[in-house]
Formats: sequence, C-alpha cells, structure tokens
Amino acid sequence: MNPFTILNATAAPLRAENVDTDQIIPARFLTAVTKTGMGQGLFAAWRYLPDGSPNPDFALNRPEYAGAQILLSGKNFGSGSSREHAVWALTDFGFRAVIAPSFADIFHNNALKNGLLPVTLPEDVVSMLMDLVDEDPATRIRIDLPAQTVTLPDGQQLIFDIDPYRKLCLIQGLDDLGYLLANLDAIQAYEAAWGK
Amino acid sequence: MTTPKTLFEKVWDAHVVKQDGGAPAILYIDAHLIHEVTSPQAFNMLRERGLPVRRPDRTFATMDHAIPTRPEPPEKWPDAARTQIETLRRNCQEFGVTLWDIEGPVQGIVHVVGPEMGVTQPGSTIVCGDSHTSTHGAFGALAFGIGTSEVGHVLATQTLLQHKPKTFAIHVEGELGPGVTAKDIILAIIARNGVAGGRGYVFEYRGSAIEKLDMAGRMTICNMSIEGGARAGMIAPDETTFAWLKGRPYAPSGKAWEEAVAYWRTLPTDEGAVFDREMTLNADELAPMVTYGINPGQGVAITGRVPHLSDFDDPAQRRDLAAALEYMGLKEGQPMEGQPIDIVFIGSCTNSRIEDLRMAASVVKGRRVADGVQALVVPGSKAVKAQAEAEGLDRIFTEAGFEWRNAGCSMCLAMNDDKAGPGKYVASTSNRNFRGRQGPGSRTFLMSPLMAAAAALHGRLADVRTML
Ligand code: SF4
Repeated sequence: MNPFTILNATAAPLRAENVDTDQIIPARFLTAVTKTGMGQGLFAAWRYLPDGSPNPDFALNRPEYAGAQILLSGKNFGSGSSREHAVWALTDFGFRAVIAPSFADIFHNNALKNGLLPVTLPEDVVSMLMDLVDEDPATRIRIDLPAQTVTLPDGQQLIFDIDPYRKLCLIQGLDDLGYLLANLDAIQAYEAAWGK
Repeated sequence: MTTPKTLFEKVWDAHVVKQDGGAPAILYIDAHLIHEVTSPQAFNMLRERGLPVRRPDRTFATMDHAIPTRPEPPEKWPDAARTQIETLRRNCQEFGVTLWDIEGPVQGIVHVVGPEMGVTQPGSTIVCGDSHTSTHGAFGALAFGIGTSEVGHVLATQTLLQHKPKTFAIHVEGELGPGVTAKDIILAIIARNGVAGGRGYVFEYRGSAIEKLDMAGRMTICNMSIEGGARAGMIAPDETTFAWLKGRPYAPSGKAWEEAVAYWRTLPTDEGAVFDREMTLNADELAPMVTYGINPGQGVAITGRVPHLSDFDDPAQRRDLAAALEYMGLKEGQPMEGQPIDIVFIGSCTNSRIEDLRMAASVVKGRRVADGVQALVVPGSKAVKAQAEAEGLDRIFTEAGFEWRNAGCSMCLAMNDDKAGPGKYVASTSNRNFRGRQGPGSRTFLMSPLMAAAAALHGRLADVRTML
C-alpha cells in the first residue's frame, strides 16, 4: 500500500449526500479481474453524457479541477455495496483523500486498506471547504496525517479523528495481512481450543 | 454472576482470537463465501505472496452476479461474464475451494445458497465480499460484507481485523396485517431511521413480530440491515431456526446436532443485557411500503404520498429529496398509488426464496400482467427454481405473462443483460433503488413480492391489500 503522510493538493467538490457505490462505479464496470484501469468508470453516470462524451457540467470534467487529489462530498459517502472497485476507481483517477461529514462503514474500511484517506469533518466545515474551492479552484488544502490536521491557505487549521492503528498503517504503508500472518500461532491456538 | 450479554456480544466474544492494546481484534471467521466479481483480485494477492487458502474447508464459492439468467448456453454469454466464471473456476480448483458451479446441481445467489446448504449456522461468523452478507444474521450468525482486500485476508488467515461495533436493538412488536410482510418491516425501519442511522452498529431485530416470521422473512429483514447503515443485523435463533436448518448438507447431524442445538439455545440476548441504542416499531400500524426516491430510506406507505420539500428542515435532506424528484421524475405530494411502472422484477437475495415466490404467485394466479409491462421472476437458486417448478409456480407466472429465469442476481444490479432502459420505472423486490442500479437511467421502486405482483397486474403501483 502507498504510504500516506502529508498531502498538499487542490480539491474537487461533489455536492451530494449519500453518494453510493453504484454512483462511484456502476456495476457494468465490475467485470475486470484485475484492479487497474478502474478510473474509467468513476462516476460514469455523471461524468459522461448518454452518447459517451464528457458531461461539461460535472465538476471532475471541469478543467479547473483537473489534477485535484482531494474529493469533497456530502454525508454518508460510499454507501451501498462492498465493491472495493469504488476505492480503486477513485485512486486510479488520482484521488488520495476524500473529505466528507461521514462515510459508510465498508467504504471507509476499503479506503484505508488502499491508502485513500477518508477525512471526517463537520458538515458546516465541509460545506465551507466546498465554497472555498468553488470560488477559487486553485485553493490548496494541506492534509497532515501524522498531525491529524487539515490546513487552509489562510492558515486556519482543522483537526480530524482517525483510529490510531489505521493511522499507523497508513503512515507506514502497512496492510493488515502482515499483522495477521505474524499471528498465525495465535490463530492455530484458537482453532485448537475451539475445535475448529 | 456474569454480566448479561447480547446475542452479538456472545458471538463476538467467542470469535476473538486476540486483542492487542490499540489494534482492532483479530476475529475468527467460520465460513467465507465467495463469488465471481469480488474475488479475482484477492486470489491474485495470494499468488503474489505465495500463500495458500488457509482453510479451504471453510470457504465456499458460487456464481451469481455477472451470469446471464436467460436460458442460454454459456457459449453465448458475453466475454466479461465468461472470463469471471472461468477465473473463479481456475481459482477454486488451484486453491482447493468448494465451488457451487453453474454447471452443477447447486448454484444461486450466494446469500440464498449459503443458508440452503446449511453453511449458515447460529453463533457463527460469516463473511463474503458482498454487503448483503448481513442476510445470514437471520440465523443468529454474525455476518457482514467485506472488501476484496479483506477477502484476501480471510483466504490467507481465516481471520480479519475488526473493531467491535456497538449494539442497536430494534423491537418490532405486534401483528402484521394481511398483505404486510417482512419487506415492509425493514423498509419502514429504514424510512424511519435513515440510510446511515445504523452506522457503527449491529442491529438485533427482536420482539413478537420478528419471532413470528419464518426464516425467509427473517432473511429479508437482515438482508437490508446494510441499507440502514449497519454492517450486520441479527435475530436470535429459536425453534423456527433449528427446524429450518435440520438435515441440510452442512448442518451437523446425529449427536453433533444435539450438541449444536444445546449451544445455540444459549445464544439469545440475556435478560438485562444493555444495548447501546434501541428503537421500537409497531407492526400493527404498518402498511405495505414503497420507495419513491434514490436511496432505500426514501420510502412511504403505498397509501402515502411523495413528500414535499417543505417537509424537511435539514438542507441536506431537502437536497436529497430534490435529487430524488428530479431523477425519478415524480412530483412533490404525488400519491404513490397509481404511479405507472414499466418493468417488474421479482428476485434478488432479499426476496427470491420459495416463500417469496409463493407469495407473489398467490396474487398472480389466474390473472394477467398488464399490457406493455415486462415482468420477470428470477429464483434465488437452482433449488428454489426446482421447488417452484414442482409446485407449479412457474406455470402460474408464465401463464400470467411473466418471464421465468435461471438463478442469479440479474436485474438487481444489472451486471448481465437484464437491464431496465433509461427512464424506465421498475417495481422491484430487490434492495437498492440507487440511480442507475438496475441499468443506466433506470428508476426503481422497492417493495415486497406481494406488492410487485400487484404492480405487474395493474401496470401501476397498487395496494395489494385490495386484491387479497
Ligand atoms: S441479488 Fe443483488 S444485492 Fe443480492 S448479492 Fe446479488 S447483486 Fe447483491
């Protein structure tokens, strides 16, 4: 997994709540047996017009948001299916962090396992950030994971919460598998004790 | 005296392998279910690291999401579906995993087949790379959906790192009226509590109305726990559970069965156990439910109306409703009854069991699908299909003008060629009304099998209670 420490990047606003995984990547893009190239299907229904051409009104298609590595969204981002493809699509497209008032559980988990940082901030703060990048798409937002802060260009600093274990994994680029494999003895002992 | 525990806590405690200081618990997984769409990348990860599947005896695979359900030979299938099927076959063979193949006698939607085979058992932990794994909680199992990375972790170690969720008791008391079903209970719960209301919790559905439900109804309710924001939902095992499980292929037998049942009887929540949150719903007051919007929480009684924007104070909820009205092409305050529909889909892991098909058939029998409506029934498994055919349900459906399909997910997520066209209205017994879920531009109304049958016959949303 790509380690995550500090990200200083521009952000794209997605003004919608309950953005579900079928919006993030529709099922017809789930036919791959590898993880690569998922970015093509990202927000397909919103990004493309019915004839397949890009929808000029959709934020991610607007030139001023090209290269944004932070996505701003409404509450309950990533609800719905367990498809990790949703996270792969976001990272493949170039996002490294999503800032929202809340996330759906499975998406949140999947994001952490792929080095995509879900940052939870209060609703009014997220909406203020959206206003900011609406006004000036060049606004750079600095996310410092070790310090657990989001810093705005005017120096304003916001603090976010993250599970200490997940934070450690992200900073060091570790995945759970290493930890679990290091505990195979305990797993065997459990199986023996419980007759499994 | 020991502290009283909830059902969830008992199952959780019995599966914690280890809990280190700040790290999440290592949770042991009793059964791991797999399907063709979310597993290929996990098997690749094993290969990259040179790891075997640690417990192939606890791993079960089937094919459901991408496969066509029209009766046509695999040679005619689209390449993408064939590739995923072939990949799953190769992976299962290479790693020694049991595969319920489409060519064999057992196959279907993973959450229909797992219980049918008796893999789903009270007190066990069950995961699958699919969010509707919550279905299996109907047996008093702790069951939840995981991402593909976690599928890899379970394949390699039979464990997962998990933080302990909180508990949320949902009491449903009283008696359901005629024409009101388990689907209406869960749609009403989500309408009341919201699609994120259960985030961080495991639901336990309890109370007299839940106890009276058969296993199919209990599965319907637990299935949609994820739509309420919870990763898992559970129902205490009881005599109904044991009777349903007895004699299934993977259920214990003989003396082991007696011992298992004795243990399962200790699982229900102890008197005095404390939940982190609770809510109560009165079953007597429920009417058949339908959704009007683009998330499963946007639902009302069939006798109700689409809300007005002014009904909501919260700007986010208003935005949600505005988006729903625009996408669905509905008007504020419009009555739900009488809304025209184009397609009817009876199927999915929520409502494709034999009991669901019997319900739908009881309404359809001797009647005709309305002109211009496409209606399909997609049984949840080969076993359901065979049982329905033995009972003559297939003829009831086909004589009325329904298509009768092979088992699979089909128009629940529209990965195969069963897609509703842009702008089409679908009366669906599935679980998600997300934009484009049933095909790009499709518009979904979620409801029970009884209500979907009624919609098929009228070509409009109708109150099935007037037809019973
Ligand atoms: S029937 Fe629908 S919800 Fe259920 S597993 Fe298949 S795609 Fe998922």
